[in-house]
Amino acid sequence: MHELSLSSAVVNTAVKHAGGHRVELVSLRIGRLRQVVPETLEFYFDFVARDTVCDGARLEYEIIDARLRCKPCATEWGIEIPAFRCPTCGGSDVEVASGNEFEVESIEIESAVDDSEKEEAECIAPK
Amino acid sequence: MHRTKVKVVEEALDANNTIAQANRSDFDRAGVKVINFMSAPGAGKTTLLERVVADLPGVRVGVLEGDVQGSMDADRLASLHIPVIQLNTDPSFGGECHLDANMVRSAVPSLPLDDIDLLIIENVGNLVCPAEFKVGEDTRVMVTSVTEGEEKPLKYPLMFRACELVIINKIDLLPHIDFDVERLLYNIDQVHPDVETILVSARTGEGIDTWREWLVRLAAREGAVAAG
Repeated sequence: MHELSLSSAVVNTAVKHAGGHRVELVSLRIGRLRQVVPETLEFYFDFVARDTVCDGARLEYEIIDARLRCKPCATEWGIEIPAFRCPTCGGSDVEVASGNEFEVESIEIESAVDDSEKEEAECIAPK
Repeated sequence: MHRTKVKVVEEALDANNTIAQANRSDFDRAGVKVINFMSAPGAGKTTLLERVVADLPGVRVGVLEGDVQGSMDADRLASLHIPVIQLNTDPSFGGECHLDANMVRSAVPSLPLDDIDLLIIENVGNLVCPAEFKVGEDTRVMVTSVTEGEEKPLKYPLMFRACELVIINKIDLLPHIDFDVERLLYNIDQVHPDVETILVSARTGEGIDTWREWLVRLAAREGAVAAG
Protein backbone atom coordinates (compact mmCIF):
# COMPACT_ATOMS: atom_id res chain seq x y z
CA MET A 1 0.00 0.00 0.00
CA HIS A 2 2.85 2.42 0.74
CA GLU A 3 3.81 2.11 -2.94
CA LEU A 4 1.27 4.89 -3.51
CA SER A 5 3.33 7.25 -1.33
CA LEU A 6 6.55 5.92 -2.82
CA SER A 7 5.37 6.49 -6.39
CA SER A 8 4.36 10.04 -5.43
CA ALA A 9 7.90 10.53 -4.13
CA VAL A 10 9.29 9.21 -7.43
CA VAL A 11 7.08 11.50 -9.51
CA ASN A 12 7.94 14.53 -7.35
CA THR A 13 11.64 13.81 -7.67
CA ALA A 14 11.38 13.42 -11.44
CA VAL A 15 9.31 16.60 -11.81
CA LYS A 16 11.84 18.53 -9.75
CA HIS A 17 14.64 17.52 -12.11
CA ALA A 18 12.69 17.81 -15.37
CA GLY A 19 12.82 21.59 -15.55
CA GLY A 20 9.33 21.74 -17.03
CA HIS A 21 10.16 19.33 -19.85
CA ARG A 22 8.03 16.33 -20.63
CA VAL A 23 9.46 13.18 -19.01
CA GLU A 24 9.55 10.02 -21.13
CA LEU A 25 11.44 7.65 -18.89
CA VAL A 26 12.20 7.42 -15.18
CA SER A 27 14.94 5.00 -14.14
CA LEU A 28 15.00 3.76 -10.54
CA ARG A 29 17.40 1.72 -8.46
CA ILE A 30 15.58 -0.39 -5.88
CA GLY A 31 17.48 -2.34 -3.24
CA ARG A 32 16.26 -5.78 -2.20
CA LEU A 33 16.22 -4.69 1.45
CA ARG A 34 13.51 -2.14 0.73
CA GLN A 35 9.98 -3.45 0.94
CA VAL A 36 9.01 -2.15 -2.45
CA VAL A 37 6.92 -4.17 -4.88
CA PRO A 38 7.97 -2.82 -8.31
CA GLU A 39 4.80 -3.95 -10.10
CA THR A 40 2.64 -2.13 -7.56
CA LEU A 41 4.89 0.90 -7.86
CA GLU A 42 4.40 0.95 -11.63
CA PHE A 43 0.66 0.66 -11.24
CA TYR A 44 0.48 3.69 -8.95
CA PHE A 45 3.09 5.60 -10.93
CA ASP A 46 0.84 5.81 -14.01
CA PHE A 47 -1.93 7.13 -11.82
CA VAL A 48 0.11 9.62 -9.78
CA ALA A 49 1.91 10.92 -12.89
CA ARG A 50 -1.33 12.19 -14.45
CA ASP A 51 -1.44 15.97 -14.87
CA THR A 52 2.30 16.25 -14.34
CA VAL A 53 5.17 16.35 -16.86
CA CYS A 54 5.56 12.63 -16.10
CA ASP A 55 2.16 11.80 -17.57
CA GLY A 56 2.63 8.79 -19.83
CA ALA A 57 6.27 8.30 -18.84
CA ARG A 58 7.68 4.80 -18.64
CA LEU A 59 9.12 3.56 -15.38
CA GLU A 60 12.09 1.22 -15.43
CA TYR A 61 13.99 -0.14 -12.50
CA GLU A 62 17.12 -2.02 -11.61
CA ILE A 63 16.99 -4.33 -8.60
CA ILE A 64 20.08 -4.07 -6.41
CA ASP A 65 21.15 -7.18 -4.51
CA ALA A 66 21.69 -6.98 -0.78
CA ARG A 67 25.31 -7.05 0.35
CA LEU A 68 26.62 -6.61 3.87
CA ARG A 69 30.01 -5.71 5.26
CA CYS A 70 31.34 -6.53 8.71
CA LYS A 71 33.13 -3.44 10.01
CA PRO A 72 35.59 -5.16 12.38
CA CYS A 73 36.66 -8.10 10.16
CA ALA A 74 35.90 -6.61 6.70
CA THR A 75 34.04 -9.70 5.49
CA GLU A 76 31.62 -8.79 2.71
CA TRP A 77 28.83 -11.08 1.67
CA GLY A 78 25.53 -11.22 -0.17
CA ILE A 79 22.34 -12.23 1.60
CA GLU A 80 19.24 -13.96 0.33
CA ILE A 81 17.52 -14.23 3.69
CA PRO A 82 17.57 -11.52 6.34
CA ALA A 83 20.48 -12.75 8.46
CA PHE A 84 22.64 -9.82 9.49
CA ARG A 85 25.31 -11.42 11.70
CA CYS A 86 28.77 -11.75 10.20
CA PRO A 87 29.27 -15.35 9.02
CA THR A 88 33.01 -15.09 9.71
CA CYS A 89 33.33 -13.52 13.16
CA GLY A 90 29.70 -13.67 14.35
CA GLY A 91 29.80 -9.95 15.07
CA SER A 92 26.87 -7.54 14.91
CA ASP A 93 28.69 -4.42 13.78
CA VAL A 94 27.57 -4.88 10.20
CA GLU A 95 26.73 -2.26 7.61
CA VAL A 96 24.65 -2.51 4.47
CA ALA A 97 26.97 -2.20 1.47
CA SER A 98 24.10 -2.30 -1.00
CA GLY A 99 20.43 -3.16 -1.08
CA ASN A 100 18.99 -0.14 0.72
CA GLU A 101 18.60 1.99 -2.40
CA PHE A 102 15.38 3.59 -3.43
CA GLU A 103 16.59 6.27 -5.77
CA VAL A 104 15.79 7.96 -9.02
CA GLU A 105 18.90 7.23 -11.06
CA SER A 106 18.06 9.30 -14.12
CA ILE A 107 15.21 10.63 -16.22
CA GLU A 108 14.88 11.11 -19.96
CA ILE A 109 13.19 14.31 -20.96
CA GLU A 110 11.81 15.45 -24.28
CA SER A 111 13.52 18.56 -25.49
CA ALA A 112 13.60 20.65 -28.66
CA VAL A 113 17.35 20.97 -28.32
CA ASP A 114 20.06 18.55 -29.31
CA ASP A 115 22.68 16.97 -27.10
CA SER A 116 24.93 20.01 -27.24
CA GLU A 117 22.62 21.61 -24.71
CA LYS A 118 22.60 18.58 -22.49
CA GLU A 119 24.84 20.36 -20.02
CA GLU A 120 22.16 22.94 -19.56
CA ALA A 121 19.60 20.26 -18.93
CA GLU A 122 21.76 18.85 -16.21
CA CYS A 123 22.18 22.31 -14.71
CA ILE A 124 18.41 22.60 -14.36
CA ALA A 125 18.55 19.82 -11.84
CA PRO A 126 18.97 21.30 -8.38
CA LYS A 127 21.14 19.17 -6.15
CA MET B 1 12.16 16.42 -30.64
CA HIS B 2 15.15 14.97 -28.84
CA ARG B 3 15.43 12.90 -25.77
CA THR B 4 17.91 14.06 -23.22
CA LYS B 5 19.03 11.93 -20.33
CA VAL B 6 19.32 13.82 -17.06
CA LYS B 7 21.31 12.20 -14.31
CA VAL B 8 19.47 12.49 -11.00
CA VAL B 9 20.82 9.97 -8.45
CA GLU B 10 18.58 11.11 -5.65
CA GLU B 11 16.92 9.10 -2.91
CA ALA B 12 13.24 9.33 -3.82
CA LEU B 13 12.33 9.90 -0.18
CA ASP B 14 14.72 12.87 0.18
CA ALA B 15 11.77 15.25 0.32
CA ASN B 16 10.25 13.28 3.19
CA ASN B 17 13.60 13.15 4.96
CA THR B 18 14.06 16.92 4.62
CA ILE B 19 10.69 17.55 6.25
CA ALA B 20 11.54 14.97 8.93
CA GLN B 21 14.71 16.94 9.61
CA ALA B 22 12.66 20.14 10.01
CA ASN B 23 10.42 18.37 12.53
CA ARG B 24 13.46 17.07 14.33
CA SER B 25 14.95 20.57 14.56
CA ASP B 26 11.74 21.88 16.13
CA PHE B 27 11.74 19.02 18.64
CA ASP B 28 15.44 19.50 19.43
CA ARG B 29 14.97 23.23 19.94
CA ALA B 30 12.23 22.53 22.48
CA GLY B 31 14.38 19.88 24.16
CA VAL B 32 11.82 17.16 23.43
CA LYS B 33 12.91 13.58 22.76
CA VAL B 34 10.75 11.80 20.20
CA ILE B 35 9.91 8.12 19.73
CA ASN B 36 8.34 6.70 16.59
CA PHE B 37 6.31 3.85 18.13
CA MET B 38 5.32 1.11 15.69
CA SER B 39 3.76 -2.36 15.51
CA ALA B 40 1.21 -4.50 13.70
CA PRO B 41 -2.43 -3.71 14.49
CA GLY B 42 -3.43 -5.09 17.87
CA ALA B 43 0.06 -5.73 19.25
CA GLY B 44 -0.73 -3.54 22.25
CA LYS B 45 0.89 -0.15 21.60
CA THR B 46 -1.85 1.92 23.20
CA THR B 47 -2.15 -0.36 26.24
CA LEU B 48 1.62 -0.25 26.72
CA LEU B 49 1.44 3.54 26.70
CA GLU B 50 -1.53 3.59 29.08
CA ARG B 51 0.57 1.57 31.49
CA VAL B 52 3.39 4.10 31.75
CA VAL B 53 2.66 7.60 30.42
CA ALA B 54 1.02 9.00 33.54
CA ASP B 55 3.76 7.68 35.79
CA LEU B 56 7.20 8.48 34.42
CA PRO B 57 9.27 10.06 37.21
CA GLY B 58 10.43 13.51 36.13
CA VAL B 59 9.30 13.07 32.53
CA ARG B 60 6.31 14.91 31.04
CA VAL B 61 4.90 12.91 28.14
CA GLY B 62 2.77 13.88 25.18
CA VAL B 63 1.37 11.50 22.57
CA LEU B 64 0.71 12.08 18.90
CA GLU B 65 -1.78 9.41 17.96
CA GLY B 66 -1.78 8.29 14.33
CA ASP B 67 -4.79 6.35 13.08
CA VAL B 68 -6.53 5.88 9.79
CA GLN B 69 -9.82 6.85 11.39
CA GLY B 70 -11.35 7.68 14.74
CA SER B 71 -9.97 8.77 18.09
CA MET B 72 -10.55 5.69 20.25
CA ASP B 73 -6.89 5.34 21.18
CA ALA B 74 -6.42 9.07 21.73
CA ASP B 75 -9.49 9.14 24.01
CA ARG B 76 -8.09 6.30 26.11
CA LEU B 77 -4.81 8.15 26.60
CA ALA B 78 -6.39 11.57 27.15
CA SER B 79 -8.30 10.13 30.09
CA LEU B 80 -4.90 9.80 31.80
CA HIS B 81 -4.60 13.61 31.73
CA ILE B 82 -1.66 13.89 29.40
CA PRO B 83 -1.62 15.95 26.19
CA VAL B 84 -2.79 13.81 23.26
CA ILE B 85 -3.09 15.04 19.70
CA GLN B 86 -5.00 12.96 17.16
CA LEU B 87 -3.75 12.68 13.60
CA ASN B 88 -6.03 10.87 11.15
CA THR B 89 -4.61 9.79 7.83
CA ASP B 90 -8.04 9.30 6.26
CA PRO B 91 -8.87 12.64 4.55
CA SER B 92 -6.19 12.28 1.90
CA PHE B 93 -6.87 9.04 0.10
CA GLY B 94 -9.04 6.55 1.87
CA GLY B 95 -6.50 6.46 4.67
CA GLU B 96 -2.75 6.22 4.44
CA CYS B 97 -1.23 3.15 6.02
CA HIS B 98 1.53 5.08 7.81
CA LEU B 99 2.49 8.51 9.09
CA ASP B 100 4.96 10.48 7.01
CA ALA B 101 7.00 13.54 7.88
CA ASN B 102 4.54 15.94 6.30
CA MET B 103 1.58 14.65 8.31
CA VAL B 104 3.59 15.05 11.51
CA ARG B 105 4.67 18.51 10.30
CA SER B 106 1.01 19.51 10.07
CA ALA B 107 0.53 18.51 13.71
CA VAL B 108 3.61 20.29 15.09
CA PRO B 109 1.80 23.62 15.75
CA SER B 110 -0.76 21.81 17.91
CA LEU B 111 1.87 20.03 20.00
CA PRO B 112 2.55 21.52 23.44
CA LEU B 113 6.31 21.18 22.99
CA ASP B 114 7.13 23.59 25.84
CA ASP B 115 5.18 21.48 28.31
CA ILE B 116 6.59 18.04 27.53
CA ASP B 117 9.97 16.28 27.64
CA LEU B 118 9.06 13.21 25.63
CA LEU B 119 6.79 12.90 22.60
CA ILE B 120 5.63 9.44 21.62
CA ILE B 121 4.30 9.24 18.08
CA GLU B 122 2.05 6.20 17.91
CA ASN B 123 2.17 5.22 14.25
CA VAL B 124 -0.57 3.50 12.28
CA GLY B 125 -0.62 -0.24 13.05
CA ASN B 126 1.32 -1.81 10.19
CA LEU B 127 4.58 -3.77 10.01
CA VAL B 128 5.55 -2.66 6.50
CA CYS B 129 4.95 0.95 5.54
CA PRO B 130 5.83 2.97 8.67
CA ALA B 131 9.38 1.63 8.59
CA GLU B 132 10.00 3.44 5.28
CA PHE B 133 9.11 6.95 6.45
CA LYS B 134 11.07 8.98 8.97
CA VAL B 135 8.92 11.53 10.77
CA GLY B 136 11.54 13.45 12.77
CA GLU B 137 12.07 10.98 15.60
CA ASP B 138 15.15 10.50 17.78
CA THR B 139 14.58 6.78 17.86
CA ARG B 140 12.17 4.00 16.99
CA VAL B 141 10.58 1.41 19.19
CA MET B 142 8.41 -1.46 18.01
CA VAL B 143 6.07 -3.90 19.68
CA THR B 144 5.59 -7.48 18.61
CA SER B 145 3.33 -9.87 20.49
CA VAL B 146 3.50 -13.58 21.13
CA THR B 147 0.28 -14.13 19.18
CA GLU B 148 1.97 -12.95 15.98
CA GLY B 149 4.33 -15.88 15.35
CA GLU B 150 8.07 -16.37 15.78
CA GLU B 151 8.94 -15.75 12.13
CA LYS B 152 7.75 -12.13 11.94
CA PRO B 153 11.29 -10.64 12.10
CA LEU B 154 12.22 -12.66 9.01
CA LYS B 155 9.11 -11.51 7.17
CA TYR B 156 9.36 -7.84 8.10
CA PRO B 157 13.10 -7.24 8.50
CA LEU B 158 12.98 -3.55 7.68
CA MET B 159 10.77 -2.81 10.68
CA PHE B 160 12.82 -4.94 13.08
CA ARG B 161 16.05 -3.39 11.82
CA ALA B 162 14.77 0.16 12.11
CA CYS B 163 14.19 -0.09 15.86
CA GLU B 164 16.42 0.47 18.84
CA LEU B 165 14.11 -1.48 21.14
CA VAL B 166 11.77 -4.40 20.46
CA ILE B 167 9.06 -4.95 23.06
CA ILE B 168 7.60 -8.46 23.14
CA ASN B 169 4.08 -8.17 24.53
CA LYS B 170 1.34 -10.51 25.80
CA ILE B 171 3.73 -12.92 27.52
CA ASP B 172 0.92 -13.76 29.97
CA LEU B 173 -0.56 -15.83 27.12
CA LEU B 174 2.51 -18.06 26.77
CA PRO B 175 1.13 -20.96 28.87
CA HIS B 176 -1.88 -21.15 26.55
CA ILE B 177 -0.29 -21.05 23.11
CA ASP B 178 2.40 -22.82 21.10
CA PHE B 179 4.91 -20.06 20.92
CA ASP B 180 8.67 -20.42 21.21
CA VAL B 181 10.09 -17.23 22.74
CA GLU B 182 13.67 -18.41 22.24
CA ARG B 183 12.94 -18.91 18.55
CA LEU B 184 11.56 -15.37 18.29
CA LEU B 185 14.60 -13.93 20.10
CA TYR B 186 16.89 -15.89 17.78
CA ASN B 187 15.08 -14.55 14.71
CA ILE B 188 15.19 -10.99 16.04
CA ASP B 189 18.93 -11.40 16.61
CA GLN B 190 19.39 -12.70 13.05
CA VAL B 191 17.70 -9.65 11.60
CA HIS B 192 18.99 -7.06 14.06
CA PRO B 193 21.94 -8.45 16.01
CA ASP B 194 22.21 -7.19 19.62
CA VAL B 195 19.04 -5.07 19.47
CA GLU B 196 17.56 -4.49 22.91
CA THR B 197 14.44 -6.52 23.78
CA ILE B 198 12.00 -6.38 26.70
CA LEU B 199 9.46 -9.10 27.51
CA VAL B 200 6.24 -7.65 28.90
CA SER B 201 2.61 -8.25 29.59
CA ALA B 202 0.64 -5.03 29.37
CA ARG B 203 -2.24 -6.96 30.96
CA THR B 204 -0.53 -8.25 34.12
CA GLY B 205 2.11 -5.55 34.34
CA GLU B 206 5.04 -7.97 34.11
CA GLY B 207 8.09 -6.23 32.62
CA ILE B 208 6.37 -2.84 32.60
CA ASP B 209 8.88 -1.38 35.09
CA THR B 210 11.69 -2.18 32.65
CA TRP B 211 9.77 -0.40 29.86
CA ARG B 212 9.16 2.59 32.13
CA GLU B 213 12.84 2.78 33.10
CA TRP B 214 13.87 2.57 29.43
CA LEU B 215 11.69 5.60 28.65
CA VAL B 216 13.09 7.58 31.57
CA ARG B 217 16.64 6.81 30.42
CA LEU B 218 15.79 7.86 26.86
CA ALA B 219 14.30 11.17 28.03
CA ALA B 220 17.51 11.86 29.96
CA ARG B 221 19.77 10.95 27.05
CA GLU B 222 22.12 13.72 25.99
CA GLY B 223 21.99 15.23 22.53
CA ALA B 224 21.02 13.60 19.29
CA VAL B 225 20.38 9.89 19.08
CA ALA B 226 21.31 7.89 16.01
CA ALA B 227 18.13 6.71 14.32
CA GLY B 228 18.44 4.04 11.67
